[in-house]
Amino acid sequence: MPEQVAAGHQETPAQEVGDFLRRRREQIAQRWADAALFRTVFTVSREEAVEAGRAVVEALAAVAAAERVEEQEADGFSVVREQLARMAASRSRAGSTNSQISVEVDALRMPVVDLLIAELEGRPAEDVRDCTTALTVLMGTLRLVVLETLLSAGQELINRQHLQLLEVATPVIKLWEGIVAVPLIGTLDSARSQVVMETLLDSIVEQHARFAILDITGVPTVDSLVAQHLMKTVAAARLMGAECIVSGIRPAIAQTIVHLGIDLGTVKTQASLADALGYALRKQGAHIVPQDPHHAGSR
Amino acid sequence: MQTAGGVSACLPIHSDLDLVWVRQHVRQAAAQLGFGLVAQTKLVTAASELARNTLVHGGGGQMECAPVSRGGGQGLRLSFSDEGPGIPDLDQALRDGYTSGEGLGMGLGGARRLVHEFHVDSRQGRGTTVTVTSWVSGPPRPREEQ
Repeated sequence: MPEQVAAGHQETPAQEVGDFLRRRREQIAQRWADAALFRTVFTVSREEAVEAGRAVVEALAAVAAAERVEEQEADGFSVVREQLARMAASRSRAGSTNSQISVEVDALRMPVVDLLIAELEGRPAEDVRDCTTALTVLMGTLRLVVLETLLSAGQELINRQHLQLLEVATPVIKLWEGIVAVPLIGTLDSARSQVVMETLLDSIVEQHARFAILDITGVPTVDSLVAQHLMKTVAAARLMGAECIVSGIRPAIAQTIVHLGIDLGTVKTQASLADALGYALRKQGAHIVPQDPHHAGSR
Repeated sequence: MQTAGGVSACLPIHSDLDLVWVRQHVRQAAAQLGFGLVAQTKLVTAASELARNTLVHGGGGQMECAPVSRGGGQGLRLSFSDEGPGIPDLDQALRDGYTSGEGLGMGLGGARRLVHEFHVDSRQGRGTTVTVTSWVSGPPRPREEQ
């Protein structure tokens, strides 16, 4: 048994902080309503900010009472986590960086600490120190909880953008009557090459294209899987009646493909997109004639 | 700027996104050690093949990347390990065109041609470790010494 200094109602500093928070809930919520974090998020009415503040104080009190001031996963926080996430997201949308938001959360600490110290007046210095320490740790944990919601929101954003990239990065460009091109950029994984193939085949139908150019200048690595995707796309385009040309194979990639042992013999290739366009135009019977300045008007 | 410590790393291979990290790390590490563009591309492509094998056939694993030096020459050693079913017939697996899945069957054999040293350690049911090394050795044509 740890020795009990005083009789009966002796509480740990954390529990005492919990009691204090519960007792002074209203007062703290009123003070927080004027703090930057609450004031800027709840702009409609002050009462709204106070209400949100009460919920947070209540949660902190529960965490303190359970003596889990250091734990972000404490049950008490789960009640307000969603609300905190909304507040943090709102600040984030308004242009605050994560560290600015963190500072705003930290600004909630001093009003509470001041109240606590005022309340503990006359108590032994040791009690005051223990209680303020417990409160400070608790407020630090709150700060971490808020930051964590910000980071997980960031992760969600990244996942969403990853999906968006699938769509954005594969525009099919009409270069000439009957000639379409797809400039491929970045990593060609299975998901993306599927999107590429679908949009290309669709545009072959839409544009009545007889030639489709796949430009891989922006693809950093061509391994056997990427080569396989290219060959499949070429084969599918051929079934649609279009001739597919792969362009933009850089020297380093050409050498690598040879060493890798991939046979791209079935695929028509050209060094650059311009060469591929020239090839397709010639095959269509179009002749590119440099403009003669003396007979400019005759054409 | 990265220091030599930036070359050594142990990267997990558990998803397609991890393959992107593997490629980028190997490219950066090779560039830092002074590999030429062609040598970099070869090594990155080999890493891509082997990492995909680790993911697809080994059910995920990791890549260890470390700089090595021998006789004044500098090189990069990549070690891909998984705890998958292992390779039952290594000679068959190395043969071009042989595939256990739907790929082209060029992965393992192709990767061997892209690096200077290639070693497979596979035990049935105990996983596979493929270790490859390429040397900078007077860029830009490191393959000449073989």
